[in-house]
Amino acid sequence: MSAGTNKLNVTVTEVVAVNELVKRFHFERTDGGNLPTFSGGAHVVVEMRDGDITRLNPYSLMSSPLSTRDYTISVRRDDVGRGGSLFMHNRVKRGMEMVISYPVNLFSLDLRARKHLMIAGGIGITPFLAQTAQLASYGGNFELHYTCRSEALGSYTEVLRERYGNRVNLYYDEHNERIPLERLLATQPLGTHIYVCGPAGMIKWVRDTAGAHGWPDDSVHYEHFAAPQPGTPFDVKLAVSGLEIRVGEQQSLLEAIEAAGVDPPYLCRGGVCGQCETNVISYDGTFKHNDHWLSDEEHCSGKKIMPCVSRFEGRSLVLER
Amino acid sequence: MGINFRKETFRDDFTFRNSPENIRRFPFPYHEDAYMYSVNIEPHVPGPKNSVFEHLVDVDEHYVSEMQDRAMVLAEDPLRCQSLPHMTLAGWDLLELLMTEKAASYPEHFSLTREGDRWHWINRPLGIDDTFTFGDVSTLPYGPMEYITRQSQGDFAILDQRDNNLWMDAGMITTQADWSLDFDIGMNFFEWHAPVPLAHEMGVFTRALKFLTNIQQGKPARRLNWTMTINPRLDTSPENFHKWGSDRLTVTPENVGEKVHLRVELQSFWRLPRSNALVFPIRCYLLKMDELVTVPKWARRFHRVLRDLPVELAEYKGLTRYRQTTVEWLSKYDDGAPTSPGFSPD
Repeated sequence: MSAGTNKLNVTVTEVVAVNELVKRFHFERTDGGNLPTFSGGAHVVVEMRDGDITRLNPYSLMSSPLSTRDYTISVRRDDVGRGGSLFMHNRVKRGMEMVISYPVNLFSLDLRARKHLMIAGGIGITPFLAQTAQLASYGGNFELHYTCRSEALGSYTEVLRERYGNRVNLYYDEHNERIPLERLLATQPLGTHIYVCGPAGMIKWVRDTAGAHGWPDDSVHYEHFAAPQPGTPFDVKLAVSGLEIRVGEQQSLLEAIEAAGVDPPYLCRGGVCGQCETNVISYDGTFKHNDHWLSDEEHCSGKKIMPCVSRFEGRSLVLER
Repeated sequence: MGINFRKETFRDDFTFRNSPENIRRFPFPYHEDAYMYSVNIEPHVPGPKNSVFEHLVDVDEHYVSEMQDRAMVLAEDPLRCQSLPHMTLAGWDLLELLMTEKAASYPEHFSLTREGDRWHWINRPLGIDDTFTFGDVSTLPYGPMEYITRQSQGDFAILDQRDNNLWMDAGMITTQADWSLDFDIGMNFFEWHAPVPLAHEMGVFTRALKFLTNIQQGKPARRLNWTMTINPRLDTSPENFHKWGSDRLTVTPENVGEKVHLRVELQSFWRLPRSNALVFPIRCYLLKMDELVTVPKWARRFHRVLRDLPVELAEYKGLTRYRQTTVEWLSKYDDGAPTSPGFSPD
């Protein structure tokens, strides 16, 4: 039985420009009715059919889990990425029909927590919008610390302040404001869990600082989707299916494998869930590992690759696919 | 046409039996004339009409009597139903799953009307008609998991998923094959499987955990497991071993047909949407040897499976004391003719 999710046919019912960089998309079921219930922290994989290319990008659901009339996601435009966010920004319009996956949660709340301490950077705010709505519905104890580049680029700062008052703490780079992390970590009640979502550097900062303050690993949760990076095209031999494929500059290795008609399992497409882990049979060149799944030893071993986010440069690569 | 619910007992005078129609829908677990461990997991999707897979949540003629037996077990031992404080949300998830599946599959017996959070649930076979507020525990007579599992056949283990592991943090366990929720509550996947021989070294549980933690919403999976039980007793728990353990010494060539039962568990695995927990319904089906031999293919095949079962497996399943007597009894129904492939009766 292969892993993976069911698909949902949805219609874009609204596209809202949140600010200069972020757009929000609303999806409803094309055949009417409610979408599946989900839990705060879940994502969906959005399929983007762009001519011959199909891109599949994961986005956190930001709407309230209490209302499944529609799903909403927010997409930050990345002008130097592989084009997924540009497709969403430039091509997706109201009324368009799209395919998304069932929700998958790889960043769920630990429901044992006496208090949920949330730390967000930039567009990393999206899973917290859903989680705070879920917690607020039954009087859950949470506190949000949210850092943005500037007031103009801070998404949903006002709505969060309006909903949750001083449980929401905002910090702006342009005013040289910084989350007082050490003080926060030193003053939490027992049973607090930390959640962090944002740029890789921020996640590392929070995890390292929490570790140094004696926080158990199990109490520090993070969402670490790496977007696949563009790179030099490379050729791959798929030994099991007997195919030779070329991975384009703007394509991920996983997308190239799928375009050849081979369907490896996947869930996150962001290098964290481990589903698409692939054995390397032989290689002559250098791996560009970008995942958070394989260990450092595995990265150095030349025996495994996560095709959703990692690439290769060199003369030959043979995979067990 | 509705289900004709039987009035019967699973203790004392043991009046449980299957109607001829119900025998033919029994989930016979052997697809060939031999049995060995296998990873027999498949997608839990609706199956053929008049099979236990017809609906994702099966209700059969034993429903009302099984629920009465569960109520008796709980009255004697309330710890068969436990839910750690963080599992209440998962209980609501389970309540929603079971109510919506039952109402959709058996509209003549169950109905659910939802107006926002205001839910109206009618369970005609058990004479229940309740209106409550979804999410508000004070509007139900029990917690949500206990409320709905007192109305649902089979045991239910609810597993919290965190730290890359599964934790047995809630359950309703009254029809179990000799394991204890009270003992396992709060344990993780490796801890509660610790007593199983060999499988750990084979890496079975590491692989199984990886599979289970990746079960996704809307894509449940299932497998069958089997053992045997003397007398049609649902509650073969360690807590009550003193009541049923000695039953195994009472099998004679004269009473095999009535006393010896094939016990099949239909285990399914579901992701719960709000809590992100997993629920494992473990549904027990019993079939008397007298009933089993009314299907000639099953009689031949079960004789061969039981006769050739490796000693270690017979020991582990606790069949040793009555295996030989049962094999001899079954041999009268095996003329050596070949059997057709697959599970179903010819």
